[in-house]
Amino acid sequence: MTGTRHQPEEQPIVQLQGVHKWYGEFHVLKNINMDVGKGERIVICGPSGSGKSTMIRCINRLEEHQKGHIIVDGTELTSDVKNIEQIRREVGMVFQHFNLFPHLTVLENCVLAPIWVRKMPRAEAEEIAMHYLEKVRIPEQAKKYPGQLSGGQQQRVAIARSLCMNPAIMLFDEPTSALDPEMIKEVLDTMIELAETGMTMLCVTHEMGFAKTVANRVVFMDGGEVIEVNEPHEFFDNPQHERTQLFLSQILQH
Amino acid sequence: MSETTQAEYEPGTHPDWEPPATYVGVIGWLRENLFSNWFNSILTVIGLYLAYLIFVPLINWAFVHADWVGDSRDACTSGGACWVFVRVRFDQFMYGLYPASEYWRVNTVALLLVASLLWLTVPRIPYKRYGVLFTLIVFPVIAVYLLSGGAFGLPHVETTKWGGLTLTLILALVGIIAAFPLGILLALGRRSQMPIVRAMSVAYIELWRGVPLITVLFMSSVMLPLFLPEGVNFDKLLRALIGIVMFQSSYIAEVVRGGLQAIPKGQYEAADALGLSYPKKMGLIILPQALKLVIPGVVNTFNELFKDTTLVLIIGLFDLLAIIQQALEDPNWLGYSIEGYVFAGVVFWIFCFGMSRYSQALERKLHTGHKR
Repeated sequence: MTGTRHQPEEQPIVQLQGVHKWYGEFHVLKNINMDVGKGERIVICGPSGSGKSTMIRCINRLEEHQKGHIIVDGTELTSDVKNIEQIRREVGMVFQHFNLFPHLTVLENCVLAPIWVRKMPRAEAEEIAMHYLEKVRIPEQAKKYPGQLSGGQQQRVAIARSLCMNPAIMLFDEPTSALDPEMIKEVLDTMIELAETGMTMLCVTHEMGFAKTVANRVVFMDGGEVIEVNEPHEFFDNPQHERTQLFLSQILQH
Repeated sequence: MSETTQAEYEPGTHPDWEPPATYVGVIGWLRENLFSNWFNSILTVIGLYLAYLIFVPLINWAFVHADWVGDSRDACTSGGACWVFVRVRFDQFMYGLYPASEYWRVNTVALLLVASLLWLTVPRIPYKRYGVLFTLIVFPVIAVYLLSGGAFGLPHVETTKWGGLTLTLILALVGIIAAFPLGILLALGRRSQMPIVRAMSVAYIELWRGVPLITVLFMSSVMLPLFLPEGVNFDKLLRALIGIVMFQSSYIAEVVRGGLQAIPKGQYEAADALGLSYPKKMGLIILPQALKLVIPGVVNTFNELFKDTTLVLIIGLFDLLAIIQQALEDPNWLGYSIEGYVFAGVVFWIFCFGMSRYSQALERKLHTGHKR
């Protein structure tokens, strides 16, 4: 498909090597090193302002890093627009506030990028869109506008919209943080089903139950640094760092 | 009907009740809005009396005691409005100094214009895409050829002879159709990441917004020829049009920029994350939402533009208002300026009100449920 994917299969699909980022003077990401293998599911947690969202937003270049290397699916992210657009085609993203396009119906939201970016015929794009809307269990809402759906339904549409591009990697940026408690479960269930298909996933979330059931690794960040990376049960039962222990005691209290 | 007794319901079984009767119906509305207490009742009566004082004489003047038929001022004997004046001069008000034998050309253009506007605005007519192409490309070519002539057997009619409502509509339509896309480009330029594009857009917008339209028109008709080499001269109407488009596009740009700023950052990010390129992101996601938001502001600007076209009279172009004023100086019709200005006002009002109604209908049509 592309000439840049000549690495052997065991090569990590996402590589972050010595990544630094600043907002003006403020050093938000400090020497991030991480390899994500194909099909791996990683949960990233940490207190607010720890840089976890910023880090995953660097992976599809919604944020620019100033130092280090980010290599996605064999292509290094540079300021080259061609590279950026190619990586964005391979990386789906789900946002905290859904960010559906309110002037388009659910179905139009889903077929837009396949038609305009992948140059897919409309009929085929709609077929794929309906397939994924069924996967997230809302095919009957296809003709409605996002403003007519509940938050949980909107977030599931957002997941379907990303999947329509057939991405190799999915990024989730606090996908349940803006939802009412009743709706969190329906979105998490959708994400768990997605994980079962073998999708490579990076999720910024505070849903520790989700981390325990789904994640291969949990990454804990604080102050722009990766403090600890571990298997979920090790991470929760036997946290190594003091900072991790404090964080876990705070969020698991209630 | 409504339950007056406080019936007991098990929690979770309360049925939906009808609203209280005083809420609904004509009498309910009158009591609620016009006669809710003695003070409001007095205000209502005073308001009705004022309306009587104003509208009865007005209607008497304009309709009851008005003269409609005749061919000179001698026909105006009833003491009301003398519409004979407007009637006698009507052709001139519509066509300016255009030769009477060629009126059919203006009429054909007007018919084509109405047809293409209907094509674009009536939802039931299909093939909108071809309608846009026809209106923006085919129609202007036909219109210019028909109006100006000079080829294929049609005699040439100089633009200095164009006038009246015809000229007003030409100025307004060309102004609107050319200034709108230019304004959008300028708004995007002003928000661009590229410093030079941004600086040039800002300079353009601030320059044209800072100058009165009269100055622009004077410059285009009086000063520009001084800078052009001897013998090079292009049409006065064209120069005025270019001035108007430059001027209006800067206003449109600022209105559109307001809309762009109102679009949440998440919309840009979602479009980026899906891999849309900049033109697709803007054309498919951002502009459709931003332009919908700024419909009131854009229509406001178009309305102003429509009325500002009257300023061309100072550079010797005879639009509707200018031609009416000229007719008022005719010694045979001295003293009928009120009729002339009322007629001009009504014509302008009809067009502006039409635009305003259409924009409201468009807003309702584009409304897709709630904001995020």
